[in-house]
Amino acid sequence: MATSSTDVPIGPSTPALEDPSAQLTTEDRVGLLRAMLLMRAIEERAMNLYRQGKVPGSFYDGFGQEAVSVGATWAMAAADRLCVLHRDLGAHIVRGVQPAAILSQYMGRAAGITNGRDGNVHFGDLRTGCVGMVSMLPDMMLVAAGMAMAFKLRGEQRCALTWFGDGSTSRGDFHEAMNWAGVQQLPVIFILENNQFAYSTPIKQQFAVNPVERAAAYGFPGVSVDGNDAEAMFEATRLARERAISGGGPTLIEAVTMRMHGHGAHDDMKYVPKALVEEWRQKDPIDRQSARLKELGVDVEALRQEVRAEVDAAAKKALAGPMPDPATATDRLFHPREAQEILLEDGAAPWSGFGS
Amino acid sequence: MSEMTYLRAISDGLRTEMRNDERVLLMGEDIGVYGGAFKVTDGFIEEFGADRVMDTPLAESGIVGTAVGAAVVGLRPVCEMQFADFVSCGFDQIVNVAGKMLYRQGLPVNITVRLPSGGGFSGGPFHSQNPEAWFMHSPGLKVVAPSTAEDAKGMIIASIRDPNPVIYMEHKNLYRRVKGEVPEGSYETPFKARVAREGDDLVVIAYGAMVHTALEATADLDGASIMVLDLRSLVPLDEQAILGAVQRCSKVVVVDEANYTCAAGAQVAALIAERAFEDLDGPVLRVASPDVPIPFSPPLEAAVLPSVERVREACRQLLEY
Ligand SMILES: Cc1ncc(C[n+]2csc(CCOP(=O)(O)OP(=O)(O)O)c2C)c(N)n1
Ligand SMILES: [Mg+2]
Repeated sequence: MATSSTDVPIGPSTPALEDPSAQLTTEDRVGLLRAMLLMRAIEERAMNLYRQGKVPGSFYDGFGQEAVSVGATWAMAAADRLCVLHRDLGAHIVRGVQPAAILSQYMGRAAGITNGRDGNVHFGDLRTGCVGMVSMLPDMMLVAAGMAMAFKLRGEQRCALTWFGDGSTSRGDFHEAMNWAGVQQLPVIFILENNQFAYSTPIKQQFAVNPVERAAAYGFPGVSVDGNDAEAMFEATRLARERAISGGGPTLIEAVTMRMHGHGAHDDMKYVPKALVEEWRQKDPIDRQSARLKELGVDVEALRQEVRAEVDAAAKKALAGPMPDPATATDRLFHPREAQEILLEDGAAPWSGFGS
Repeated sequence: MSEMTYLRAISDGLRTEMRNDERVLLMGEDIGVYGGAFKVTDGFIEEFGADRVMDTPLAESGIVGTAVGAAVVGLRPVCEMQFADFVSCGFDQIVNVAGKMLYRQGLPVNITVRLPSGGGFSGGPFHSQNPEAWFMHSPGLKVVAPSTAEDAKGMIIASIRDPNPVIYMEHKNLYRRVKGEVPEGSYETPFKARVAREGDDLVVIAYGAMVHTALEATADLDGASIMVLDLRSLVPLDEQAILGAVQRCSKVVVVDEANYTCAAGAQVAALIAERAFEDLDGPVLRVASPDVPIPFSPPLEAAVLPSVERVREACRQLLEY
């Protein structure tokens, strides 16, 4: 179990997870690494594009937190639904969003997921069963609870999942969503991404009691997981999903991790002790998964090169794409009555356990 | 056709659409077992069950936020705010989540939010508001405000069927005061204005409860021929109907029960100034509540809410112009 880096006591200890490798084939484990490598490579490329002035506004990444979104999403079925937050690009990657579409999104291009209407990770490709986040944190907890509510009302074996940060636990929607999910025992998974900071605010100024302990007060379990271990994240999420779809209700998973970059590209994070960053660098989730796979004889270097080439090609494609037509700025405010109904569609669910 | 109150007409519309479409569910505080603070959903739980007439926790953000989630996976939630005033606690989910979803990512949010609004009962500052303009100013939301029993039913059905988020204003002062013939079965009232009374000398433009205030104020006004235009929908705003009425009458009084500044009527007045200046034979006059919270004590409340007398005064003043 990962240690928390502040004096706020961390939550109940992780229940003995079953050995994740029992659930994961080598292909799965390579898939986890590949998605994390893609996330990192896309975000690194985007940061460069930002510095070149090609990404307008600001830019936010999930460097060092790749395991949290990739591991959790690996456990989700095609018919499950996700609300993806700003450190969780890996979720979009696992669900099937193409790197070129992501880079186009960051650059405000016409081919971006939102066609230039919103920036950075503020997107959801409805063909992947994902709802894009809004900035207001943690509003999406309620949306995820609502999707789960619909699944439960219709008697479907599906579940909803969303992420949010440590800072987000202070706002009212955290309480409303936790309470609602507990009262109605909804098939929803809440992943608290504890990266020790909310912008510049350390967790000891955010809460007096670790929020994972609050889960019990809302009537469902909370577990702390090493958020830098993709396989541990997968396993905790898989178990939470099992509970959810078998009528066991919600789970709060605290992914203990560290924000390794500034809040956004503009933030030099002088307020973070260097030693803390150094300590966490040793726990890098990609290094961790690479080491595992090397032991299994996987050619990790070849995988890295493959990913690099894929992102190079994606960047080239995205840069060649046009900006949106200004004449479209006021389009699509209302959906026409006569048009076909649009709903979220199923996303990719690569875990071998789903038989895909 | 049968005669019923405005309140029963809303119930009738909800019931009709729930029988038609099993995706429709109602969510709100005390709407199930108790039948709602105003009894709009009285008896519904017996017919449709607790899953579709859901008594929720006291959590407006929760009501709207979970409704959005349910909508994007195929349900058609109708949320009741116990009083329109409490929508402030669900404002963020309406404005930022529901209102922007389609524009940002192409995903329509088919929810209806019912807002029992308005004053006149000593409800005080927290049970009397008319917050429709908050939502007119928030892109991606439709805002409707029926004034008759027939429209109340037709517009709740149309709101539920509309694939976009619709804020449905139902004025509490109309609930039991206004009665009318209401068609049986299923029908939709379009989100367009309606001429409540024909006339040529002056037009009073209003919506919701103020339509009735306007009709009463101008029923017999020194023999003048006065049109009353009932907007029915604030977003979309029926610009054609407004401009047509101005062209015909050349004199305009706009009435809001809401606070004066940036009210729906201010938008109507701006539209006329921009697009119908040449048609005017006098200034556009506005009657609205002054910019104070709606006070509790009867004489104070009466001093604030637009009255029949104030509307009549404005019309007289303009007719003499
Ligand atoms: C309600 C709200 N207030 C303020 C902000 C501005 N803001 C954006 S991210 C952020 C910090 C969020 O911290 P946390 O929830 O821990 O997530 P993290 O960024 O660390 O992943 C703040 C204050 C916001 N997005 N939402
Ligand atoms: Mg944080």
